[in-house]
Amino acid sequence: MIKSPVLEKTACYHCGDDCTTTEYIVAGKHFCCHGCKSVYEVLSTDNLCNYYSYNEHPGITRKQTDKRFDYLSDETIASDLIDYRDKHITIVTFYIPQIHCSSCLWLLEKLNKINPAVHNCRVDFLKKQLNIHYDHEKLNLQQLVELLDNIGYEPLISLQDVIKKQNTADKDNLVSKIAVAGFCFGNVMLLSFPEYFGLSSFEQTFKHFFGWINILFSLPIVLYSGTGYFVSAWQNLKNRVLNIDFPLALGIAVLFGRTVLEIFTHTGAGFADTLCGLVFFLLVGKFVQKKTYHHISFERDYRSFFPVAVHIIENGIEKPVPLGKLGIGNRMVIRNNEIIPADAILLKGEALVDFSFVTGEAIPVSKTLGEIIYAGGRQTGEAIELEVVKTVSQSYLTQLWNNEAFTRKQDKRMQTFNEKMSKYFTIVLLSIAFATLIFWLPTDVRRGFAAFTAILIVACPCALALSTPFTMSAALSTFDRNRFYLKNVAVVEQLAAIDSIVMDKTGTITTGTVKNIKLEAVLTDEQKQLVYSLCSNSSHPLSRIICLYLGNMDQLAVNGYNEIAGKGIQAHINGHFVMAGSADFILECSDHSPVHTMVHIAIDDKYMGYVAFSLSYRDGMKNIAALSASYDEYLLSGDQDHEREDLQEFFPKANSMYFNQSPQSKLDFVQSLQKNGSKVMMIGDGLNDSGALKQSDLGIAVTDNVNNFSPGSDAILDGKSFDKLPVFLRFAKDTIAIIHFSFFISLTYNLVGLSYAVTGNLSPLTAAILMPLSTVTIISFTSLATHFAAKKRQLI
Amino acid sequence: MNILYFLIGCSVVLALGFLGAFFWAQGNGQNDDLFTPSMRMLIEDDEETPDETPPSI
Repeated sequence: MIKSPVLEKTACYHCGDDCTTTEYIVAGKHFCCHGCKSVYEVLSTDNLCNYYSYNEHPGITRKQTDKRFDYLSDETIASDLIDYRDKHITIVTFYIPQIHCSSCLWLLEKLNKINPAVHNCRVDFLKKQLNIHYDHEKLNLQQLVELLDNIGYEPLISLQDVIKKQNTADKDNLVSKIAVAGFCFGNVMLLSFPEYFGLSSFEQTFKHFFGWINILFSLPIVLYSGTGYFVSAWQNLKNRVLNIDFPLALGIAVLFGRTVLEIFTHTGAGFADTLCGLVFFLLVGKFVQKKTYHHISFERDYRSFFPVAVHIIENGIEKPVPLGKLGIGNRMVIRNNEIIPADAILLKGEALVDFSFVTGEAIPVSKTLGEIIYAGGRQTGEAIELEVVKTVSQSYLTQLWNNEAFTRKQDKRMQTFNEKMSKYFTIVLLSIAFATLIFWLPTDVRRGFAAFTAILIVACPCALALSTPFTMSAALSTFDRNRFYLKNVAVVEQLAAIDSIVMDKTGTITTGTVKNIKLEAVLTDEQKQLVYSLCSNSSHPLSRIICLYLGNMDQLAVNGYNEIAGKGIQAHINGHFVMAGSADFILECSDHSPVHTMVHIAIDDKYMGYVAFSLSYRDGMKNIAALSASYDEYLLSGDQDHEREDLQEFFPKANSMYFNQSPQSKLDFVQSLQKNGSKVMMIGDGLNDSGALKQSDLGIAVTDNVNNFSPGSDAILDGKSFDKLPVFLRFAKDTIAIIHFSFFISLTYNLVGLSYAVTGNLSPLTAAILMPLSTVTIISFTSLATHFAAKKRQLI
Repeated sequence: MNILYFLIGCSVVLALGFLGAFFWAQGNGQNDDLFTPSMRMLIEDDEETPDETPPSI
């Protein structure tokens, strides 16, 4: 047998993918595709090859090279995207999901070496944003975006950018409030020290001087930093809710009032130090609670998935139109990897649509001419032409999203432990205070009021207010490290409280990538090599999967390669004629296998067999199934029930699996469970689950790429961490136990303080020591305990 | 001991200066991105002659 020419396996110099062809070699460096090669060429002409010295293979593969930014030349679209424009300079900020390493940072900040019209670039690494100042007389927005695309960093420009620019959010000035509080706190502490150590009689003038300055420093604390507590307490009172802000606001008011009174009447030193410390620590707690993780956004909705504009053909000329102006009857052109934004009829081309965004189904669906394609699919393959039958706002996807049932505001979420406790706390506190007042009034009016105010001061639930934010934020960062991203701190508590788990099937418990491949054909090693060589020439997703399945093989030289879109591929390899493709391509008959997607193989016109693809279940499904001892588990699937037997292993209980579920019926199911008093956690992935996700007490979206769109939810779970879900649930319970215990500690401090206060003998020094001491105890206890709990669960 | 009035005045003015500086930095956006500068400082400045000979195309 003649030895066939064998190609050596090399990694692409730019992105590190396997090179399957020797077509793209520049300066002895191999590239996997034209896109990667052209990026290298752009960089090397501008002496920017240092890019490759910071990280190995820093690039992202750039298979796609077609230009589709024409719509940016439209002034109305462009003006919606830019931040600022004057005579010479335009400032624009792009979201670039590809930013991932220091090489990206280096290159993107060197843009003006490639084009001098760019003045200045700034990368925000965590937000993956690039801020560009450029001269719009020499460079327009379209050219700028094409420049970025040329070096492999295509900005993600979506409809949401346009909306976002229109309503700029007001800035939160919490940091400024903390700065002012810290400033006053430091100064007041300094001026209070002489009082703690005692002042001799000839220094009494200083005492009044210090007192007056302390009042001066307390003013910004009460009038600026602390205003939030008064506003919140007042609003809650109006709604007849007693939350923790009420005793806090009361404490602040009483502290300030009594300080002013004591200094005015020369009866004491006041509590300015306690007041400033209290507000400062409270605000720090609030800051910790608000700390969010920027690398994931929960604000994205379907709009972030849609393009800004789409190309339509009018009188034979292709032109871009903004999505809002797309009308019924327009003929639009959708290219490879573009989203179909409105329901439309296929007029021309082979449509192979990836609906993973809507349904979670990973394998693209092929559509025939004249068929209606719903919005939200992503075309893979050649460009297609479609006639719009419904406008964007009327399309199935948008309707689904805007459905009243789905967007209904959640007002009856679970009450957090803190909310429940602070109600009783406030009632008990007020009754103790008034009881003391009544007790002293007949004998000693002065003492009665002193005791009354002292109780309100010392029982101010500062430590209580801090225990939740500090524990939760420590827990949140632990979850974050394990690729489980929670929307806010309240979600941890919901995670601990749930007792039922409802799961979607496709994309949630099955992986997004096809792993389960059955080769139903007897092939020799040589024949496998033939199939591998054939498939490695195709960019079709199924061909890619077959290549991955067959593993690292030497590639043979291919002659006469031919790809018939939507049917299959064929070529002469090593003297054999190899074909792979659909049933009507190979067998000239159509198959309707409902379960699997198949690729049939023929070598030298002899049918060899087929490769069957089915979605495999995620790792750790057994761990999840083991949860059924303590949780009720249900499976909802939009599919037929042909997988029922496979799934029986994971869902052994009767009536735990439901098939043929529509988005609405999923929502109804969750609702019916809630009516029976269950706390439901819904795990889903696609848009078809979003209603159920919102209805549930805790909605978790599972995704394999966190930068992709995921439906509105309380938490986003990376598919890689799916097996850790039981551990996450246990850790959430630990966290709640820590909060309960720290609540107990802060109550102890309050009781100690109260024992002084009821007698009316609370010295400012006792208050000034007790308050920070309890705060420090709580902060260190919660942080340490959360750390140990995470370690015990092997999460860090 | 009357010097204390002056000293306290000085310390408050000084502290106000720092507070003002913080507000200025905050308004100037210096605290907006606290992560990227840590990466940026590890990147070396440009050399006029790159050590890698520019490849011919």
